Amino acid sequence: MSNEMRKVKRVSRPLVVLMYAVCIFFAILSLLPFVIMIINSTRNTYQVQQHALSFLPSKYLLDNLKILTSKDIFHPLVGFLNSFIISAGTTACAIYFSTLTAYAIVAYQWKLRNAFFTFILAVMMIPAQVTSIGFYQMVYRVHMTNNFLPLILPAIASPSMVFFMRQYMIPSLPMEIIESARVDGCREFRIFNQIVIPMVKPAMATQGIFCFVASWNQLFLPQILLTNKKRYTMPIMVSLLKGDIYKTEYGAVYLGLALTVLPLFVVYFLLSKYIIAGVALGGVKG
Amino acid sequence: MKKRNAFSYAKYGYLFSIPFIVAYAIFHLYPILFTTIIGFTDLKGLGRTSFSFLSDPFLNFKNILSSELFRTALKNTVVIWIANFIPQIVFALLFTAWFTSPRCKLRGQGFFKVVFYMPNIMTAATIAVLFQALFAYPTSPMNDLLMKLGILSSPFNFQVSKLSAKLVVAFIQFWMWYGYTMIILISGVLGINPEIFEAAEIDGCSSSQTFFRITLPCLKTIILYVLITALIGGLTMYDIPRMYLNGGPDSSTLTLNVFIYNQAFSGSYMYNRAAAASMLVFLLIGICSVFIFRMYRDKDQKKTDRRRRHIAARKEVVNE
Repeated sequence: MSNEMRKVKRVSRPLVVLMYAVCIFFAILSLLPFVIMIINSTRNTYQVQQHALSFLPSKYLLDNLKILTSKDIFHPLVGFLNSFIISAGTTACAIYFSTLTAYAIVAYQWKLRNAFFTFILAVMMIPAQVTSIGFYQMVYRVHMTNNFLPLILPAIASPSMVFFMRQYMIPSLPMEIIESARVDGCREFRIFNQIVIPMVKPAMATQGIFCFVASWNQLFLPQILLTNKKRYTMPIMVSLLKGDIYKTEYGAVYLGLALTVLPLFVVYFLLSKYIIAGVALGGVKG
Repeated sequence: MKKRNAFSYAKYGYLFSIPFIVAYAIFHLYPILFTTIIGFTDLKGLGRTSFSFLSDPFLNFKNILSSELFRTALKNTVVIWIANFIPQIVFALLFTAWFTSPRCKLRGQGFFKVVFYMPNIMTAATIAVLFQALFAYPTSPMNDLLMKLGILSSPFNFQVSKLSAKLVVAFIQFWMWYGYTMIILISGVLGINPEIFEAAEIDGCSSSQTFFRITLPCLKTIILYVLITALIGGLTMYDIPRMYLNGGPDSSTLTLNVFIYNQAFSGSYMYNRAAAASMLVFLLIGICSVFIFRMYRDKDQKKTDRRRRHIAARKEVVNE
């Protein structure tokens, strides 16, 4: 017994050192581009030209911000606001209606229930990009380009989130509580809003984070639909940084890039634990 | 009394599904059908909405399939996808093996997971432009680093060479996704019954034996899931190649979706040809989806079969 215990105990020391070395190398690889981006956003053009790679922050952050905004092209606040409206609207629609749809599938026995769920599984993987031409033509005909609604409302039907919420509800939603609420004379819609939603809040929060981030990062559809510069989202604004206007303003470009992902940094530093757990959960459930 | 109750509740199943069904019909189903129809018409030109069907209905599809550029885009998509997916799955599996092995309890796993996953959450458009700056010519952090390390004697123009442009796009994809794949695989390993590992340990399996003979076969479904979702993501790859060099140099990073975008929203605004190309991509993805769907059904089917057999066996015991 003790012999066996010793046998499984540890791998050899050089191998452990190698493992740490590889892990640290990849950690640096993952962080370095962001570190360079942040450091260089505090340096001026001359410094970046002399040494593009440096780990010493400089003092030109505010100057870079002035250069960035003085050209009247890149408006971080406008982009931030537009992205925020779209992401928040999308997230709210997606989590509320996906939970409602999942509840309809889990809690009620209806004839087409299985057919409906099979349909959701079948369409879950269809990416929005492949139907973009028809979507663009539809929105163009009703004169809704440069309007945020065509980017927000499709989230009401989010098949993969319905799938996730169903998987979460099946083991964790006690039907007895719903039954007793019915006995007490509670209406079905109120049961959903006041009893079911508080019970599935953790899953809604996880899905909400991912939905928000995915929506914030989305480029293809906003790029097609939003042609008015006042309506640009953050990812579209990134392309403005590539223009000739900022050609030699290296520090300002790095700063602009950093600004577009600033909210994501904040979200990630606050919620990384839940985000990692959420990714893992998606893998197990999916 | 009870029957009437059950009937009246069923109504709510339909009622609560209505928002989803209506939104799906308008914003997803209709565009799919509309895209298909446009693929058979002469709809092109900025701002045009009227169209008529072509006398040869498959003309757009024929044009696309015989187009040199489309073939290049398809080839690039596949090449870039393979160049990113193979190292991605290899490193993800390596880290999974290390992080879940009871024999090498590595410290700081939580930190490594958080750091490895971080690129995945950042805006792809920003990352593409950031890498453009990192690999710029003649002065850029990458050239600076390589020259400091003595690997290069003079700056290298990464964005003119076709090969290096492709490799950088593939690298960005790898860099953004290996952490995600690793976390999915680790959660898969943690889902395996630990008794199997204990049994292997008692039988004296080495760590590599345990990994290849037990962990990998148990992870089969999850690896398949990762493979197919990555394939769908790869076929619709857009943000990175478009923002990095907009398909260039000389179409070497032109992917299917960048091709579709360029057909429909630049040049002569050929919505019809873009729609036909979309449908071809959609067909490819449809085949993958059916595959996934089968996978899920088989898994569930097996589970219910097992449960049914189990119940039947129990009943037999009770009857005896």
